[in-house]
Amino acid sequence: MTDLPRTPPRFSATFTPAVNAEIRRAAASGIYDIRGGGTKRHLPHFDDLLFLGASISRYPLEGYREKCSTDVWLGTRFAKKPIHLDIPITIAGMSFGALSGPAKEALGRGASEAGTSTTTGDGGMTEEERGHSKTLVYQYLPSRYGMNPDDLRRADAIEVVVGQGAKPGGGGMLLGQKISDRVANMRNLPKGIDQRSACRHPDWTGPDDLEIKIMELREITDWEKPIYVKVGGARPYYDTALAVKAGADVVVLDGMQGGTAATQDVFIEHVGMPILACIPQAVKALQDLGMHRKVQLIVSGGIRSGADVAKAMALGADAVAIGTAALIALGDNDPRWEEEYQKLGTTADAYDDWHEGRDPAGITTQDPELSKRFDPVLGGRRLKNYLKVMTLEAQTIARACGKNHLHNLEPEDLCSLTIEAAAMAGVPLAGTNWIPGRNGGW
Amino acid sequence: MQSFDLGKEGLRALNSALHALKGQTNMTDWEVINPKGAHAIAAGVDAPVNITVHGSTGYYCAGMNKHATIRIKGSAGPGVAENMMSGTVIIDGNASQYAGATGRGGLLVIKGNASSRCGVSMKGIDIVVHGSIGHMSAFMAQSGNLVVLGDAGDALGDSLYEARLFVRGSVKSLGADCIEKEMRPEHLALLADLLKRGEADGKAKPEEFKRYGSARKLYNFNIDNASSY
Repeated sequence: MTDLPRTPPRFSATFTPAVNAEIRRAAASGIYDIRGGGTKRHLPHFDDLLFLGASISRYPLEGYREKCSTDVWLGTRFAKKPIHLDIPITIAGMSFGALSGPAKEALGRGASEAGTSTTTGDGGMTEEERGHSKTLVYQYLPSRYGMNPDDLRRADAIEVVVGQGAKPGGGGMLLGQKISDRVANMRNLPKGIDQRSACRHPDWTGPDDLEIKIMELREITDWEKPIYVKVGGARPYYDTALAVKAGADVVVLDGMQGGTAATQDVFIEHVGMPILACIPQAVKALQDLGMHRKVQLIVSGGIRSGADVAKAMALGADAVAIGTAALIALGDNDPRWEEEYQKLGTTADAYDDWHEGRDPAGITTQDPELSKRFDPVLGGRRLKNYLKVMTLEAQTIARACGKNHLHNLEPEDLCSLTIEAAAMAGVPLAGTNWIPGRNGGW
Repeated sequence: MQSFDLGKEGLRALNSALHALKGQTNMTDWEVINPKGAHAIAAGVDAPVNITVHGSTGYYCAGMNKHATIRIKGSAGPGVAENMMSGTVIIDGNASQYAGATGRGGLLVIKGNASSRCGVSMKGIDIVVHGSIGHMSAFMAQSGNLVVLGDAGDALGDSLYEARLFVRGSVKSLGADCIEKEMRPEHLALLADLLKRGEADGKAKPEEFKRYGSARKLYNFNIDNASSY
């Protein structure tokens, strides 16, 4: 009997070891899992799209010889002083508090050298960032931490944050471990407490109020500053249409791959839509209103390469924003700190406990000793290099598609590898003219 | 006295003229006539001037005010004196929702009643309401003082941080983590000063108020407090 073969251990596809580990962790700790970053699940993404390239019907441009422009204007609808960027890759909002002062400085240095903008975050404007950012977007958040009219006027644009892709419908959280004296002072709260940022703005609700709020901000800044409205990827058609109706110059649309400094894992993984599904809906809303290219669209959430930039722009975006990728360029999650990641119970490229403030790379921390490890000049140079490489990559693709400006990329330059991505992006499945959900096709 | 007819000259011209006043100016007295409920009247002023608005205002009158003394001879719409930095705003009538929201400094006086969310997320402003205030007032209030001569609605001071709340009348209910606190001599002295500056010293005495503040139990997350979140 004992010689009979035994059924080998079989793991459940539902109760996987990872699922079970989370159940045990929850049972032991009594608190949901909080982490930084964006969703880690597999999603339909830009990797599921391919460019077709030039052929007999369209001719390509010569690489390095024929110009392919990359600049973008933002805020041309109402602002007296719209922004002009050399490249359409901007740095997304990340707070001082979530990031160290030197990390904010590095973002400013790298972005400015590459000819693009940075964005403040929940916690106000720091001198490090203003001083080193040629073009700085000042976020207007529900918490209003650090909000004041002087910084509004020092900003180059204002971004009214309604939501973000990692947590549409959720507020912010900065746990007590990261509340240094300086962070506490900027946010007008006691040191060491968990700082919750409200999920709704305190003095307006709904699109009609938003219109009046935007008008107030324009009045305070004498109609000079472009006003962006940032939404998480939830209902992009309606959110885009309502932001336009409310008077936005620019709509910023953040898919669920977009990162956060800290929120519940359940929120990050189960709320919102992938950016691939969001862009066509936002573009459709703009087109339906006759406002495509008049109100600019910036998209974010999982942008990693020039190919992603080109694909986002081919779907109709005017520009993109990067957050997580910028941190990795600075040195976040770098294998050089592997020994210390191991001590924290994690590994390089998987470290996401940004809320604990113990980042070995000295980027997502307020610990003065850890912060010293990070060189803002070197970090800025790395970010500049990365932005330049992404731009060159996007230009390479655009030229291959016969485009002399990144903005001339179009959905017709794309095909999809999967039915899901074809349906979401609204481009045909490769080898067919079939766009699921659209009439006709084969 | 600079007189500005908002109905004829328009909001942009008004705010543009007020924003041009920097630092010390001898054009210190302004009046605005025919406001007719317009929004963002005198928003973003940054000069020690006196502005009187003859009539009622819409949303965000005196928003982000610095240094100016703005008197509204009427009632104010939502978000009056939102994010005020300094100066004084006095409303002869009532104020709608979110009065003094996120205010960081200065004094807001409401001679009538204030609607819901008065002092929401206040960050250092002093607010004196001669009448009563609506529900969810001082929600997530961080610092500053809210004085109410009348009654307070439901969920006063929900998720309060370090702001001090003084209510003379009844409180329909307290929000999460908001409790009644001992009124010590320093609070009575503070209250006396606030009543005086809020043009209410003849209407009420400090001893008639109760003080409310944060129990500080929700400052750091604890699963056993989950029902309070």
